Amino acid sequence: MVYLTRKAEFSASHFYHNPEFTPEENQRVFGKCNNPNGHGHNYTLEVTVKGQVNRHSGFVVDLKQLKDIMNREVIDAMDHRFLNKEVAEFKDAIPTTENLAISIWRRLQPKLKLAELHRVRVYETPDLFVDYYGEA
Amino acid sequence: MKAYLTRRYWFSASHRLHNEAMSAKENQEVYGKCNNPHGHGHNYALEVTVGGQVDPRTGMVCNLVDLDLFVQEKILERFDHQNLNTLSEFQRVVPTTENLCVEVFGILEQGFRHAQVEKIRVEETMLNSFEYAGGRAIRF
Repeated sequence: MVYLTRKAEFSASHFYHNPEFTPEENQRVFGKCNNPNGHGHNYTLEVTVKGQVNRHSGFVVDLKQLKDIMNREVIDAMDHRFLNKEVAEFKDAIPTTENLAISIWRRLQPKLKLAELHRVRVYETPDLFVDYYGEA
Repeated sequence: MKAYLTRRYWFSASHRLHNEAMSAKENQEVYGKCNNPHGHGHNYALEVTVGGQVDPRTGMVCNLVDLDLFVQEKILERFDHQNLNTLSEFQRVVPTTENLCVEVFGILEQGFRHAQVEKIRVEETMLNSFEYAGGRAIRF
C-alpha cells in the first residue's frame, strides 16, 4: 500500500453562529469567530489517497484525475466564497474546520474510483489543522 | 463523526544532553555538540492533536480556547524560556526531545478533559521532529 497526498489552496470567508444559541451564548462559545460579517482564511487542503501501485503506470492514482476531481468538487465550490452563504452544506452546519474536513470528504469520496480516500486534512492557518478519516 | 484537530504552538528553551552515568568521553561520543557544557537552545514547535466526535451544536471537537488556555498554562509557561536541565522532570532524565515528548504528552493526558489527547509532535529544528502517542500506534 502506498499513500499519495495532493495539496490545494483556497481562500474563503465564514463565521460561526448557531441559531439555537442566544446571542450571548454564540459570543461566549465562538468569540470573535461569531462576528456576523465574517472573516477569511487561506485554507490549505491535503487529500491523501491509498492504493496498490499499478504495475503498468507506476501510479497509485492518476494525479491529473485527482487534481481535476479536487478542483471540480472542492475548489470551484469554495474558493473565494462566503462558506455560510454560498456552500449548500453550511446553510445548516457551522463551517468550522472540522465540518469543512467532513464536507470535503463527502464531496470527494464518491468520486474517487481509482484509489481509496485515506485522509482529508484542512489547514485553516499554518498552526491549526483538522484530519478526517471518514470515521462515524 | 470523529475528527482530529491539531494546533501548533511555539516555545524556546535550552538544554544540554548529558548522562551522569556515562564518562565524559562517552557523553561526547553519544551526544556530540549537544554535550557542550553550557548547553544551547532551540525554538521548539509543539503540535497537539486531540480527537473526538464533532459536537453538532458547535461544529467543534473541542473549543480551541480551552486547548489554548491549557497548553499556555500547563506547558508553555512551564517550558518556554527555561533551561530544561534545571526543571525537576529532567533531573534524572536527559532532556532529549524524545523525553520532552513523553513529559508533554503526560501533562496533556492527565490534565486536559475537553477532548481525547491523541498525539503530540515536537519539532526541535526544521529538520527533525518527534512524535509520541502514549505508546499507541501513530496514525498517518
